[in-house]
Amino acid sequence: MIETKNIDFYYGNFHALKNISMRMEKNTVTAFIGPSGCGKSTFLRLFNRMNDLIDGTRFTGECAIAGRDIYHKSFPVDELRKKVGMVFQKPNPFPKSIFENVAYGLRVNSMGDKSFIVAKVEASLKAAALWEEVKDKLKKSAFELSGGQQQRLCIARALAVSPSILLMDEPASALDPISTSKIEELIYSLKEKYTIIIVTHNMQQAKRVSDKTGFFMLGELVEYNDTKKMFLSPEKEQTQNYITGRFG
Amino acid sequence: MNRKTKQKIAFTAFRILGLWVVAVLFWILGFIVYNGIGVINWEFLTTAPTDGMTAGGILPAIVGTLYLVAGSMLFAVPFGVMSAIYMNEYAGKGWFVKFIRVMTNNLSGIPSIVLGLFGMALFVNTLGFGDSILAGSLTLGLLILPLIIRTTEEALKAIPDTYRTGSYALGAGKLQTILRIILPMAFPNIITGLILSIGRVSGETAPILFTVAAYFLPKLPTSIFDQVMALPYHLYVIATSGTDIEASRPIAYGTALVLIVIVLLMNMLATLLRRYLGGKVKANT
Repeated sequence: MIETKNIDFYYGNFHALKNISMRMEKNTVTAFIGPSGCGKSTFLRLFNRMNDLIDGTRFTGECAIAGRDIYHKSFPVDELRKKVGMVFQKPNPFPKSIFENVAYGLRVNSMGDKSFIVAKVEASLKAAALWEEVKDKLKKSAFELSGGQQQRLCIARALAVSPSILLMDEPASALDPISTSKIEELIYSLKEKYTIIIVTHNMQQAKRVSDKTGFFMLGELVEYNDTKKMFLSPEKEQTQNYITGRFG
Repeated sequence: MNRKTKQKIAFTAFRILGLWVVAVLFWILGFIVYNGIGVINWEFLTTAPTDGMTAGGILPAIVGTLYLVAGSMLFAVPFGVMSAIYMNEYAGKGWFVKFIRVMTNNLSGIPSIVLGLFGMALFVNTLGFGDSILAGSLTLGLLILPLIIRTTEEALKAIPDTYRTGSYALGAGKLQTILRIILPMAFPNIITGLILSIGRVSGETAPILFTVAAYFLPKLPTSIFDQVMALPYHLYVIATSGTDIEASRPIAYGTALVLIVIVLLMNMLATLLRRYLGGKVKANT
């Protein structure tokens, strides 16, 4: 349902992605792995047009979601970003209450009245496995939560606007092991309803949560395969070297 | 001399210099309080000057200064904040925004007496506002505009981009992001700019000299086209060109004391506001 064809991406003169064609199916978890600077995050940001915010970037090729070209003029970028939620490396809740953080996307997109927002906030917090921990302090500042809770809040915030795709850019890299495993469990449960792409530096994490894995290096998609197969018997030597920790 | 002794000497020297600054401040404050406290009473604060400004109170000057502070803020804050938002959030990094920034800094370098003459030429004469609260407020507004622009810009710059991208990623537009996320976060630091501006505006004499300040005007203003007395100018007048300088000396100290207290009170108010708002939006740690 997400499909790219021959993507070449540039930061100024730097050729960051080289001829990437990839297809990701509905309700699957795809992991992007690779050494720092390999282009995996750049590729991820293509799907909700976050690269548009960076000066001096351009790309050629096709990028379609559900058969529609997301870079076509007739596709409003705010509509796209409602459909394609994003969770960032470092938890970035807004300086607002827990409730208002989750309600933010609904408010700025004028989605629904007050009772709808209340119901949606609760549903989103439940879906992000945070409801039980915060239901008695929804009016408290989001900054009072722990790092792991903040990240699940950010996931709830993304879920509130009813996306079908969730992009996660190293969502657990700033968290402790227990918080990390909670996020991973969450990803597993979200797979039923959402298509998830996760960028990670953690090989074990990719192995645990994903159905398919793409290995990037120096802007190229070296190998893209079922996760099990990739970690058991990779086709390329570079992949073998990377996942066994010989470099990177 | 060994290193430890050197350290000790340096440390002592810095401490003395630091304390010296505090000492000078307390010296000035003490001097003014000592000389001025004698004339301060309810009547002094609530009546107009009498007997050729050698007796009576300073109410018109207090009211005039408060009006000028409010008026200049009313003009400079929206203009300054909006310019800063434009420069930091919209204009990007081109030559144009650099040009505006350089010009803003130049504006802050203009001597206040020159600004006063400009205010007289433009607001008083060309635009025909006459010597008035309006003309004085606009001139004072120009004086603090660069300060407000710069502090607001710094406040906006200090907010990490992760908050912006987080908002955009939820489908929010630029204006929504600025109004709902960025401005509330920048508010405490913007207030700092306002605190500094209030101090500046209440104490400046040159910009109001030709645009609003009255030598002696015992009645209170009724419209923005009226002239007013103002504390710094009143102080200047009774200290240098009053009817009986020796006789009005205590009043001069009293006026100085009132001016300082007003500035301190406004600063305290703004600091409390800043603390209250800052507590609500303090950055994530």
